[in-house]
Amino acid sequence: MATETTGFVSACIDSLGNAIGMPQLCAEWMPNQVFWLLVTLVVIYLVLSKVALPRIGGILAERQGTITTDISAAEDLKARALEAEEVYNKALADARAEALNIAAEMRAGIQGELNDAIAHADAEISAKVAESEKAIGEIRASALEAVKVVANDTAAEIVTALGGKADAKAVGTAVTSGMKGWT
Amino acid sequence: MDQFIVSPLFGDGPIAWYTPTNVTLWMVLTILAIGALLVLSTSRRAIIPSRAQSIAELVYGFIYKMVEDVAGKDGVRYFPYIMTLFMFILVTNFLGLIPTAFATTSHIAVTATMAMAVFLSVTILGFWKHGFGFLNIFWIGQAPLPLRPILALIEVISYFVRPISHSIRLAGNMMAGHAVIKVFAGFAVVIWIAPVSIAAITAIYALEVLVSFIQAYVFTILTCVYLKDALHPHH
Repeated sequence: MATETTGFVSACIDSLGNAIGMPQLCAEWMPNQVFWLLVTLVVIYLVLSKVALPRIGGILAERQGTITTDISAAEDLKARALEAEEVYNKALADARAEALNIAAEMRAGIQGELNDAIAHADAEISAKVAESEKAIGEIRASALEAVKVVANDTAAEIVTALGGKADAKAVGTAVTSGMKGWT
Repeated sequence: MDQFIVSPLFGDGPIAWYTPTNVTLWMVLTILAIGALLVLSTSRRAIIPSRAQSIAELVYGFIYKMVEDVAGKDGVRYFPYIMTLFMFILVTNFLGLIPTAFATTSHIAVTATMAMAVFLSVTILGFWKHGFGFLNIFWIGQAPLPLRPILALIEVISYFVRPISHSIRLAGNMMAGHAVIKVFAGFAVVIWIAPVSIAAITAIYALEVLVSFIQAYVFTILTCVYLKDALHPHH
């Protein structure tokens, strides 16, 4: 900042405008520096304390507030979502239980019908079996009767052919006792 | 050393305490820069900040947290004063790095004024808050009794050395950086040294940018430490 043209000489500057020694220690300039420093510091202090710092503090507080509000809103929404999920899960469980119930009922109903049908069929089958047995018994009885008649006749004929006299009653008794093991 | 000369803005003549000088010019520029950074950039009060507003908020948060951490909750009342000091030193340091600029913080008159202001206000605050209980900072209760007078003497000396170290640290760092760059610039006229010299200037300049911030930070955090001593003189 030296000016070549300056003719002004002081304790700190020579006639060529060059510094003598260290300009930082020049006592002649110190009142000026101190004065302007104090003015500057007071102005900066006023600007900061009246305008800048309250404003920045306000901005930061406002942002903090916004963030807090947003977070609480988000938490609220999350709680509601969880609630909805719970309700949904409950509904799902209910529906499943109901479905199981209906299935069980259905199964029971079908089983009942099935049992009835089986019982009915069993009854029919046993009736048929009884009928058949009866028919078979009849057939067997009639067959025995026919065998008995044939045996009587044959026995009488054999007795006659052998020269005896066929006593019908005696022959019948003999055939009956001979056939005893068969029936 | 001509870069440190204080000269009148208008004409020649003796420099009285009220004369507008290059000191005035660069301090006014400092005020304007601080205004631009902290006032203009925040004028929209945006919830989602612009870049400039982000920087303003960052500086605010940085110093606020420093005051709160170092000086304690009751130190937050003095936050505007500390912010004023920090912003002034930081911005003048950076402005002083502009080539042909005048670095006001490289002058001991400036830093000593600030250091004395801190020293006096902190001392007065200490006595005002605690009366003679403030003298407890010199009387270390945890030390063995025979050692306490010696420690008290050391503490008293170190207390009164504070404003000196506080001011010379800042002015010395700033002056040294500018002087080193000047020395390397002097070498640059020799053609075969010039590349080395220019590279060195670039490197030193980068270092000075760092130093500018660190010295502002150091001055401020020491102020906070002194403030803590005044607010809580019991060790």
